[in-house]
Amino acid sequence: MNPSTQQTPSQRPFPRREILLFGGLALVVLAVFASMGPAYATRMMVEAACYAILALGLTIQWGYAGQFNAGIMGFVALGGFSATFFSIPVNHAFWASDLPGRLGWVLLAIVAAVALVFAVSRIDRLGVPRWLRTLITVIVALIAYLVVISWLRSVTGDIESQVEFIGGLGLPVWLGWIVGGVLAGGIGYVIGHICLGLRSDYLVIATLGIAEIIKAFLKNSDWLTRGTATISPLPWPVPDPGEVGFVTARALYFCVTAVLIAVIFFLLHRAYHAPWGRMIRAIRDNEVSAAAMGKSINRRRQEIFVFGCILMGLGGAVLTSFTGIFDPQGYLPLNHTFLVLVMVILGGPGNNLGTLFGAVLVYVIWIMSGPLALALMHLVTALGGDWFGWQPGNLDSRALQARVFVIGLLILMVLRFAPRGMIPERVAQHD
Amino acid sequence: MNELIYFFNYVVVAGSVTGCIYAMGAIGVTLIYSILRFAHFAHADMMTLGAFVVLLLTLAFPHAGDALGLPTAIVMLPLAMIFTSLVAVGIDRVFYQPLRAHGVKPIVMVIASLGVTLMLQGLIRLFSGTGAESLYVEARKAIFRIELPGVTRPIIITEPQVILFVVTLVAVIGLHLFLTRARLGKAMRAMSDNPDLARASGINTKLIITLTWVIAGSLATLAGTLLSLDVAFKPDLSFFLLLPIFAAAIVGGVGHPYGAIAGGFLVGFAETLAVFNWSVLLRPLRDSLPSWIELPNNLALVGTEYKIVVPFFILIAVLIWRPTGLFKGKVI
Repeated sequence: MNPSTQQTPSQRPFPRREILLFGGLALVVLAVFASMGPAYATRMMVEAACYAILALGLTIQWGYAGQFNAGIMGFVALGGFSATFFSIPVNHAFWASDLPGRLGWVLLAIVAAVALVFAVSRIDRLGVPRWLRTLITVIVALIAYLVVISWLRSVTGDIESQVEFIGGLGLPVWLGWIVGGVLAGGIGYVIGHICLGLRSDYLVIATLGIAEIIKAFLKNSDWLTRGTATISPLPWPVPDPGEVGFVTARALYFCVTAVLIAVIFFLLHRAYHAPWGRMIRAIRDNEVSAAAMGKSINRRRQEIFVFGCILMGLGGAVLTSFTGIFDPQGYLPLNHTFLVLVMVILGGPGNNLGTLFGAVLVYVIWIMSGPLALALMHLVTALGGDWFGWQPGNLDSRALQARVFVIGLLILMVLRFAPRGMIPERVAQHD
Repeated sequence: MNELIYFFNYVVVAGSVTGCIYAMGAIGVTLIYSILRFAHFAHADMMTLGAFVVLLLTLAFPHAGDALGLPTAIVMLPLAMIFTSLVAVGIDRVFYQPLRAHGVKPIVMVIASLGVTLMLQGLIRLFSGTGAESLYVEARKAIFRIELPGVTRPIIITEPQVILFVVTLVAVIGLHLFLTRARLGKAMRAMSDNPDLARASGINTKLIITLTWVIAGSLATLAGTLLSLDVAFKPDLSFFLLLPIFAAAIVGGVGHPYGAIAGGFLVGFAETLAVFNWSVLLRPLRDSLPSWIELPNNLALVGTEYKIVVPFFILIAVLIWRPTGLFKGKVI
């Protein structure tokens, strides 16, 4: 390659904006360290790092490829479940009983039922008319579903009544993180396969739906996750706070997440500047001409959607392990979908550095806004009580709702006034 | 016979109620889509907002409906419809209009509407708290029991349900007449077919956009209020409505108001049928069944807690097999 067309550091404009913004962010973080103490601040930094992984996942979907995923919460919950399932201790009561065998038979029956329905859906090749095939397929699917689901219900009911839940696998937690990413990627593959060829709105609806379904499943499958009874504590890949103290343990955990982010960041950076990244951007900016150049649009979209979902699953697993409790009801669209969205669009969609900046900044603001909102709410109620006789109950939960409003307003303001974020994507220009 | 009455009460009536609500919501979504070309995710929250305004008005004047013999909430509906329409038009002017002027992609408009969703949710919960409240403030819900000869179980239908059916019918017929007879309605259809041609032929597109928001806001208020009247007002109402409404709009063919009505009823009945316990209907046949078939107690297709799965699968099925919807809406 001709050296003059290559982007060398000397040709790059001096990154003054980035240095100023990151310097300011460092000051803010230091201020939190000074005012709230190191234990609180290290917790905040670890959580911000987990959110940064989620934000990197969204930035490749939305920033690189222009696909909007509104179901980050679902992938986070799936990753969290995987981390939990792999890392918590084995439930010996379950494995000693006859329940694992029965559960295995039901799982086999599910596979057999799927195979049967699939086979029946192909009988038109044997000369059966198509309408008859569809009718037979629907009836067979319905019967198979009802039979299998009643077996499953009886087994899961017995599990709940005899051994409470099936427990975990007692394996190292990082294995759960990887599997969490793979699971999320698998769901992302199915969703992407269905929706990516259609309008972008459909992907939003489908991801919103799948997120709620994953949450409903995890919440109601008491035999698998203990449901609302929650599972805690979750083991860490680093020494527990009980062994080395809060600050050291959290700092070690932060090192793990920092390494993860560094690896992801490096890979994304390489991918972005590789021909593959240029192709993705070309598809985003002009789908028709990218197709005319012979690029397989749907396949590239599928790839990037799955990669994003894998990162979200991984981030969710790391976040849940750190939180130390698996509570399906704790996954909220606001905290796990819209907050990540704000991080990405505020920081700079398509710019990895901007996304990192946005993730840390927004998380710090978010964490600090809780007490602030409470204080404001007390002030407003005092005034409202004096002027209008307004006496609302449960102030604290209402104050937290005020943050919902602010997040919504922030999204609209950024879209209107800074659509490219605080550190915009910089597309390399070659002369 | 008793089982059939049970089926009627729990499937036909309940399904029609859900269907009416979904249909009215889906009409709003589909109208906004056909005029403004984006999926308006804040629609379910506009329903909640409408219902909340009605709740506030009912709390302020609890006896306004006594003179007319109707629930106060119904009397307050027109006021709330005007208010919600104004809010919808205001949101459009402040948030959507500048983005449209910038010529952003539809997906950015979708994200903006998610932002509006959060704002509305935050505001409503800020003022209403998070609990459920009945719209019958100082009155009681009338319940009609229709006894049929020869059966012990009566057909049960409540006052809000009757009102809901009547209002839906009136709203749908009114909308149909408006779209086919009135000058503005025809202009609206013209704009949905081809915005540039409509503008070139002298149609005031700004007025049409405002009108779209007014109609959508009014329908949202109707649906939200009548649903809250039947059950109770909950600030997280929208949460359970969003997916079914969009499924209904897509099933019916996006941009196709009559399709939205059909889609709404389809999704509503599918939900009700899926959570219905079919065992009840089969119970009388139990003695005549061969002995090797054991009838389980619970023959519902999905548990109530998984109700949200039904609209999702309808949506997925339509996207796979017929992305234009049953009634051939806009090619997507």
